[in-house]
Amino acid sequence: MQVTVKLFATFRTGRFDIAQVEHPAGTTVGGIVDALGIPREEIGILMVSGRHADLNERPAPGDTVAIFPMVGGG
Amino acid sequence: MDTILRIDMGAPGGPKASTEPVGKYAGLGGRGMTSMIVADEVDPLCHPLSAANKLVFAPGLLAGTAASTSGRLSVGCKSPLTGGIKEANAGGQAGMALGRLGYAAIIVEGQPPGDDLWKILINKEGVSFSVDNSCRGLGNYDTVAKLSKIHGEKCAYMTIGQAGEMKLLASSIACTDRELHPTRHMGRGGVGAVMGAKKIKAIVVDDTGTAPPQSKDPSAFKTAAKAWVEGLKRHAVTGQALPAFGTNVLTNVLNEAGGYPTFNFKQGQFAGASKISGEAQAQLETDRGGLATHGCQRGCTIQCSGIFHGKDGKYVTKQPEYETVWSHGGNCGIDDLDAIAQLDRMDDDFGLDTIEMGVTIGVAMEAGVVKFGDAQGAIRLLGEVGKGTPLGRVLGSGAGVTGKVFGVERVPVVKNQAIPAYDPRAVQGIGVTYATSTMGADHTAGYAVATNILKVGGFVDPLKPEGQVDLSRNLQIATAAVDSTGMCLFIAFAVLDQPDTFQNLLDLLNAHYGLALTGDDVVALGKKVLSAERSFNARAGFTVQDDRLPRFFEQEPVAPHQATFTVKPEELDTVFNW
Repeated sequence: MQVTVKLFATFRTGRFDIAQVEHPAGTTVGGIVDALGIPREEIGILMVSGRHADLNERPAPGDTVAIFPMVGGG
Repeated sequence: MDTILRIDMGAPGGPKASTEPVGKYAGLGGRGMTSMIVADEVDPLCHPLSAANKLVFAPGLLAGTAASTSGRLSVGCKSPLTGGIKEANAGGQAGMALGRLGYAAIIVEGQPPGDDLWKILINKEGVSFSVDNSCRGLGNYDTVAKLSKIHGEKCAYMTIGQAGEMKLLASSIACTDRELHPTRHMGRGGVGAVMGAKKIKAIVVDDTGTAPPQSKDPSAFKTAAKAWVEGLKRHAVTGQALPAFGTNVLTNVLNEAGGYPTFNFKQGQFAGASKISGEAQAQLETDRGGLATHGCQRGCTIQCSGIFHGKDGKYVTKQPEYETVWSHGGNCGIDDLDAIAQLDRMDDDFGLDTIEMGVTIGVAMEAGVVKFGDAQGAIRLLGEVGKGTPLGRVLGSGAGVTGKVFGVERVPVVKNQAIPAYDPRAVQGIGVTYATSTMGADHTAGYAVATNILKVGGFVDPLKPEGQVDLSRNLQIATAAVDSTGMCLFIAFAVLDQPDTFQNLLDLLNAHYGLALTGDDVVALGKKVLSAERSFNARAGFTVQDDRLPRFFEQEPVAPHQATFTVKPEELDTVFNW
């Protein structure tokens, strides 16, 4: 399946901002994160198509997976 | 920090200063100090621009010490914008200078006769007043440039621009940063108008020849101060994300979550968001020879600010904050960082709240005064405010007034104060804070975004009503307490997640003042401050019906989640039940 992966802040360094990524159907968010070489403990926020998700969620084909480190502001 | 300075601008024969012991206000700083004094001393039914209103400045409890990030300066009064109690605070250098001079608070009262503008100089010799009309009609940048030629570059300057002189409801009080730029503003609620009504153009704070305040237990203080910095550096938000990308790192987050108000709160995502995101902004600043990491005051380890240069490589403004990039950017359909920086510079110069002005221009765009996305049109409208044309005075009076003048229904205000950069339909916890805060719509009063969106301090689903009232209540109490220490609110990211860093904060206060504060005392302090503010607002005429969002948030679903605000009114009425 193809999903859109968006990376933000420090996670972009040496990777990309946005990319279409191919994974076997049923791949979890955690699997997508691991394939990018992002240490799981550095993750702050995960969203699948605009909704908060956890590492065990399985995106559907065409979903957008957004991966953020811990961020804040205000 | 055991002295209160009282200034009577209306004293016979000219302004007079006197000092008194801090007395019953001992142990309070920042918002705790300003709100308790305003609640005690100001008639809640007075006209905010009358002699009966008071303008109270208070540095934090640790201002001027070596404790990192402790130099916020609060100002309080009855707000001309909301008609209720107001506290606004800013970074910059003035808070630390007042701490070194030993003032726990400055209470400015009365009103001088005549049209002359006054300058107040505060230094280790005391206070002096002079009529100074030389800066009349000047913006904050020219005012500070002129005054710093006389008083030098080591002073901190607190000034009002044209907006404060005109007593506009969106006017701010500017504080200078380390480079003497008037970029750090006590922004919200029209505090600049109250200073203007008291005919004060500038307060010059000169801490030459002073020493940092002495701690009761210097050795314990030193140990705690070191651990405090270590804790702030260790947390990913205060140690990495804020220094690298600033507050504007939130643009992509809120846009992704569908909570980024766009086109005057018509939709929750903006197609141009990535162009104005913190990532793009930091890159642009670095490319042009500005700075992506910069502290607004000496000794802050977080350094969330930056320096924004124009295409010519010359200074334009400090790094525009998330709220500003949103209000003047996405909210108005503008995706041009240079235009946003120009608007930020103009707000700082005229002395205006950037949230109020961006939201106001969004309302004017809704009315068709200029089109959404028209950056030059927005710059032209803001220019009218600086010039004081009739249109400019309407806009400078904020979103509520502008909506009425132009017959707009979708006006995002609570208690007449503009709603900041998080849509309360897609971030319901912050909606509870907007509705119920004593300050009017204010994201900082109980930053539920942390828990709804950023997963700091736990997680409460932003799209559901469950748990939002408890979340907002707890955050409003904690925030009132943090604001009363004078610490920058951004410490909360580390303090919420790291119990040892919270303990370091208590250790600092205890070592400095010889106290034995616990976490329970902090909660009690927060409740005490909120209760005093609620009491003032009740006496000023506010009822539960003022603790509501504009109706359209309940009625118009916002894309992409098609969400409406679903926390019930009767639940909102329980926020302050404790």
